[in-house]
This record gives sequence, C-alpha cells and structure tokens, in this order.
Amino acid sequence: MRKRYVLIILCCLALHTAKAQDDLLQLAESSDSAATGLVTGTFKATRLANGHSVETNGAGVLLFLISHRFGTLNSGAYEFFGLDQATIRLGLEYGLTDRLNVGIGRSSLEKTYDGFLKYKLLQQRQGMGMPVTLTLFTSAAIRTLDWPQESGGNFDSKHRFSYTYQALLARKFTERLSLQLSPTLVHRNLVPTRHDDTDVYALGAGGRFKITKHTSFNAEYYYLLSSHTREDFRNALSLGFDIETGGHVFQLIFTNAQGMVEKFFVPQNTGYWSDGDIYFGFNISRVFDLKGKEKW
Amino acid sequence: MKPLLLLLFLLLWTQAQVLAQARYATKTGHIWFFSDAPLEDIEAHNHKVVSILDMSSGELVFSVPMNEFQFRKKLMQTHFNENYVESDKYPKASFKGKVVNIKEVNLQQNAAYKVRVQGVLNIHGRNKDIDTVGVLEVKDGRLLGKSTFSVTPQEFDIRIPRLVRNNIARRIDIYVDITYEPLKGNSL
Repeated sequence: MRKRYVLIILCCLALHTAKAQDDLLQLAESSDSAATGLVTGTFKATRLANGHSVETNGAGVLLFLISHRFGTLNSGAYEFFGLDQATIRLGLEYGLTDRLNVGIGRSSLEKTYDGFLKYKLLQQRQGMGMPVTLTLFTSAAIRTLDWPQESGGNFDSKHRFSYTYQALLARKFTERLSLQLSPTLVHRNLVPTRHDDTDVYALGAGGRFKITKHTSFNAEYYYLLSSHTREDFRNALSLGFDIETGGHVFQLIFTNAQGMVEKFFVPQNTGYWSDGDIYFGFNISRVFDLKGKEKW
Repeated sequence: MKPLLLLLFLLLWTQAQVLAQARYATKTGHIWFFSDAPLEDIEAHNHKVVSILDMSSGELVFSVPMNEFQFRKKLMQTHFNENYVESDKYPKASFKGKVVNIKEVNLQQNAAYKVRVQGVLNIHGRNKDIDTVGVLEVKDGRLLGKSTFSVTPQEFDIRIPRLVRNNIARRIDIYVDITYEPLKGNSL
C-alpha cells in the first residue's frame, strides 16, 4: 500500500517535470497575437467596380483615380463598338486618418461634381474577433449641366443636388475570396417625373476572387428595392478584373451602368446585359504618399 | 513514510522553482528589418514578438506575428502581407534554436556577454539554418538580448517581381532587440 502511494507521487512528479519542459516554441506560438491581428487587404482598390469597397486610403495618402466608360458594345462597327464615345470621371481621394477619407470628383456625364466622406467604423480581425469590416459612406453630387431652354428657369440650385448613403459591410473569407454587402439609399432633390421616386433604396452585393497575387476577378450587383424605380430602370451588374502593380491598380470593367457616381449607376440604368447594352471601361488609380507616418 | 513524503514535496517544489527561474520571456519584443535598395529604403518594426530563453539549457525561441510589422506607408504594409510573405497562409515567422555558450552567462552579475546563437529560422513556411552572434546583457534581474543578421528573400522562396527589383534590397538586415523578464509559472 505504501509503495503504491510513493509510486503515485513519483508519477505526479515525473508528469510535472515533463509539462514544465514542454516545447518552448509551442508555448511562444500559443501566446503571440497572430490569431487576433487585423485583417487587411480585403480588396485591392477603393472601388469594387462602380461602387465603393470597404477599403480606405492610409493617413496622408492621396489617390488619383481616372475612371472611364466607353459607349455600349452593341452600338456597332460604325461607333467602333462604343470606343468612339466616352464619359470620364476624374477623382481625388485623401486619407485624413487610416480610417477617415474624403474625396472629390468631376464626371463629364451631366457635368457632375461629387464629394464624399468615408469612415471605416469596424475592421475585421483574425480568429474569433470582429468578423466583418464596416465602412460608412456618404456623398453629394451636383449636376452643373445647364437646364434645358424650354424649362423656363423654374429651378433652384437645390434641385441640382442628390445624396447617397451606404453602409459597406465586407468580410475576407479566405486569402482569395472577399464578399461585400452594400445597402444603399440615393436621395434626389429633383426627379424627371412625378412617377419617379426621390428616395431610391437598393441592396448592393459583390465580391472578389483573387486569380493570382496581383490580379482578381470582381463582380458587383445593385438590386433596386424601390418599386417605381424598379419598374422603369435596370439593376446594375458589373464584372471586372483588378490588376495591381505596386502603386497602381487597373480595373477593367464591363457594366450596364454608364455613370461612375452612385446617383447614376444605382437608380438610372436603362441598358440590359442581354441586349448588349454593355459599357466597357476602366478605373486607374495611382497613390501618392504625401507624408507617411513620422513614427511607426 | 512521513519524511519520505516531505522530501518528495520539497523536491517537487524546488524543481518547480528552478524551472521557473531558468526561463526568461517577453511578449513585446522588438524586431525590425531594413532594406536598402537603389530606389527606396524600407523599414518595418514589430513590437509584438514573443520570445522565450531557457537559461539552463540555452534553448531560445521566437514567434513573430507577420501582420504586426508596421511600415511607414500603409500600402507597403499591405503589399508585404499580401504579395510577399503571404500572411494569410503563413501568419507567423519562428525561430527555434540555442544559445550555444549559455553557461558563460552569469545571472548574478550585471554584465554584457557575447553569445553565439544557432538554430532554424522559419519565414514564409521555409526553413533556414541561422548561425549568428549577439549580446546578452544581465541587468538587475532582466536580460537584454540584441542581435543582427541578414537574409535574402530567395532563401525563403519569396519572389520579387522584376518591376520592383530596384525597390527591394537583395539582402535584408534583421535587427533583434528583446528585453526578457523572468518567466513566472508556466505561461506567458
């Protein structure tokens, strides 16, 4: 009996020693922060295709964005399949902080100026932490195209404005696959007819699938929820490729939306993909690091 | 029976004490690297390095969460994680090795000792044998460890596209600067 007692204690002692001499690397790896770190690089660019992605520019980073859409592919050989026509948007975006961005842009379509604010409220973490990235987006667009002569000057400057509000919710599921949901409200101070909605609700959805380290396939769909607008206009479907080369991202895009500002590509598309009303275009972005971090 | 039991408990207790005293560790170690290339200098700092040093055996380990390297430019940090070290696939770098001449270090006396470190460095899922020297300084019960060595991206199968070859140095210098505290108990 006594012998057994001693044996048990000896066993305990041996066990204890073994535990204490456990693999040091395992001990170190189990207590590092890799499992809870921030998830970065959900998307390559600040745009998925037409719409914004959850990505923001870092503090002090200025991004110059040239967006371009040709005419529709079905316009025939005479128009060189749309390449004879083009609309363009020139834009600048700036990171006030890593999370807060401001931007301005000017579209040739209806001579529209736009400005936006974008704030990354939540950022996805590895493991059991925050599962999604949430970015809030708001923009205002001003149409500066002269009113038609026959309108008789019954318009105020307030009629030139429209506003967009979005909650961009995304998750990087794997290194290759990221998906985003973009509930959207577009408010227009002036609509063409009494029948049109001033407030247009839409649900955007999209994602990217990385083909190589530097290229990805992107898709984006804006589904109209407002009834009248849904009857008269088409949902926007955009397919594209991202090609990243250092400080540039090239995005080649096929879409049935002509405009590059929310108030165009969400509520007022008339083209069908099935009829070939497809605009080919691209976004080219270049970043300039104006200051970088002083301490890091 | 009773003296034997007492003896066993005493043995157990002292053994635990010895083990606890032998280990030094940190979760906030500092590692940074520097790339000196014709077009630009790149420097990144990581203050979340976990390291444990066992003074009795000389065993030395590091675990380095790759996405904690902070760059001056955010885009560099993104490219580092996405395109080069592939942090999603290989979230940490590690080192498992030994301070070969650990017996020369006297914990009771404040002084700096030259040490030789040998082991295996794992980055991007690839192993490389490292044999380098460093300094281990005993200072009021703490240990300050410093070392510098260099590696090439190729050694770890990290491919640098031709387009940016002038932006990234062929050899990248790695600096290690760790302040170890005595490890109490068996967890960090």
